[in-house]
Amino acid sequence: MENLNTELPKEMTEEFVVNIGPQHPSTHGVLRLQATLDGETIKDLLPHLGYIHRGIEKMCESLGYKQFIYLTSRMDYLSAHINNQACSLAIEKGLQVEVPARAKAIRILMAELQRLTSHELWWGSCAMDLGAVTPFFLAFRDRERILEIFEENTGNRLTMNYITPGGVMTDINSDFVTRLKTLLVKIKEHLKEYETLITGNIIFQRRLKGVGVLPKELAISLGCTGPTARASGLSCDVRKYYPYDGYEKLDFKEIVADGCDSWSRYVVRMEEMRQSIHIIEQIIDNIPEGEYRAKLKGIVKLPVGEYYQRVETARGELGVYIVSDGGNKPYRLKLRAPNFSNLGALKPITVGSKIGDLMASMATIDLVIPDIDR
Amino acid sequence: MRALIQYIKDVAQGFYSLSQGLLLTLKYFVRPWKHIVEQYPENRTTTIYIPEKFAGEVVLPHDENNRHKCTACTLCEMACPNGTIKIISATIEGEDGKKKKVLDKWVYNLGMCTMCGQCVDACPQDAITMKNSFELSVYNRNDLIKVLNKPGSKLKEKES
Repeated sequence: MENLNTELPKEMTEEFVVNIGPQHPSTHGVLRLQATLDGETIKDLLPHLGYIHRGIEKMCESLGYKQFIYLTSRMDYLSAHINNQACSLAIEKGLQVEVPARAKAIRILMAELQRLTSHELWWGSCAMDLGAVTPFFLAFRDRERILEIFEENTGNRLTMNYITPGGVMTDINSDFVTRLKTLLVKIKEHLKEYETLITGNIIFQRRLKGVGVLPKELAISLGCTGPTARASGLSCDVRKYYPYDGYEKLDFKEIVADGCDSWSRYVVRMEEMRQSIHIIEQIIDNIPEGEYRAKLKGIVKLPVGEYYQRVETARGELGVYIVSDGGNKPYRLKLRAPNFSNLGALKPITVGSKIGDLMASMATIDLVIPDIDR
Repeated sequence: MRALIQYIKDVAQGFYSLSQGLLLTLKYFVRPWKHIVEQYPENRTTTIYIPEKFAGEVVLPHDENNRHKCTACTLCEMACPNGTIKIISATIEGEDGKKKKVLDKWVYNLGMCTMCGQCVDACPQDAITMKNSFELSVYNRNDLIKVLNKPGSKLKEKES
């Protein structure tokens, strides 16, 4: 009887820790996120790295200048061509080699095709993270066609090692131009399908709008680059500000959106796909004739000094910093990877939101984990 | 009242946007020839298309007289970033009494090869090429280590 009057225990909330990953489908790789949750609200988020650390920078320092380029394809494997291009440009800067005009055109074509494949894969996986399965297959349909072109012209599908100091490894096939033109027409049609299927979808829009807000100041202080930063209103396209390989002659827009949220990041990437197609269309009809590769010595030796080259990959700014002591191997090689900086934005934009929004934010930041760890 | 109208508008727009997507799915449903199907593996010996340049493995082509072009200069061995290639050369006495370095074994470890093409690029004689073969997995790891020059093969002398 005496227990009747005692108060019932108050409703208590308690923080608890959930590990997302390292083997979680929506982290797109072996990234472990240690999330402290209060109910469904994220209180703290701690990314744990190192599950796929291979020491690429150190491995590069034990290989010759021509040899280490194949390793950089394995960092951001969706921008393999662009990574190779960055290293080649840095080495060419040291050697003072003039790249033939044909090689430059081929490089831009391949780099923009690579950007297309990367953004298409992102589009599919972004929709899949948010619960739609069909877009994944539609995205892979177009990506497969581009990868076929890579396979026919470079010999590999994913880790090409095609762009090399002095130019490109082999010449493009004679049917490259016609095949690419027919493909571009198809891709343009398919982009409209993407718009009806996902962009216009009300569920998709509501899941992204106002979610994962990354203010411009924060994007600058965290060192975000690429579409992630451009969606926060930060104009940072390396192709515009530090043009390389003849981007200065091309007419293309730098896509900047002011929404700062996941929806803006989605819109920026969709628009960048159109710009990539626009760039390809400008070059495809007038690829210069001539050599595709400048002659280099068998063993390349860079003069003593420091060389830095930045390029715009599909995810942001990739910097290659080479210190040479005059030998046939780099004394020090530092790679500034775009995903590492972009990962830093994940905590500030998700803390305070619900756990379902974490996936939306992660999907639109578009992380590639091997690039974070290197 | 205004909020209610806005709400009904939103619902109608939502249904419209969903129906657009579903219509696209339905279009693909009734047009099976537009489906995305990559045929494999039943066609792997018949109709499959592997591009000529596809880098499957390194080969040392021999001509009809069992001759190859390799002079055992080991440039490919030096160019390989992974230590895939091992060239074992032998010294023989030529017809004119001069000592000559010839290829004994061209050892290729497929398990360590990343198909980067540096060896083909480095070869001054164009002796090695990439072959567009696929499905190269084997049950025993030692089977991956291959000797590329055929037994009894000789160097193809340059026609001068």
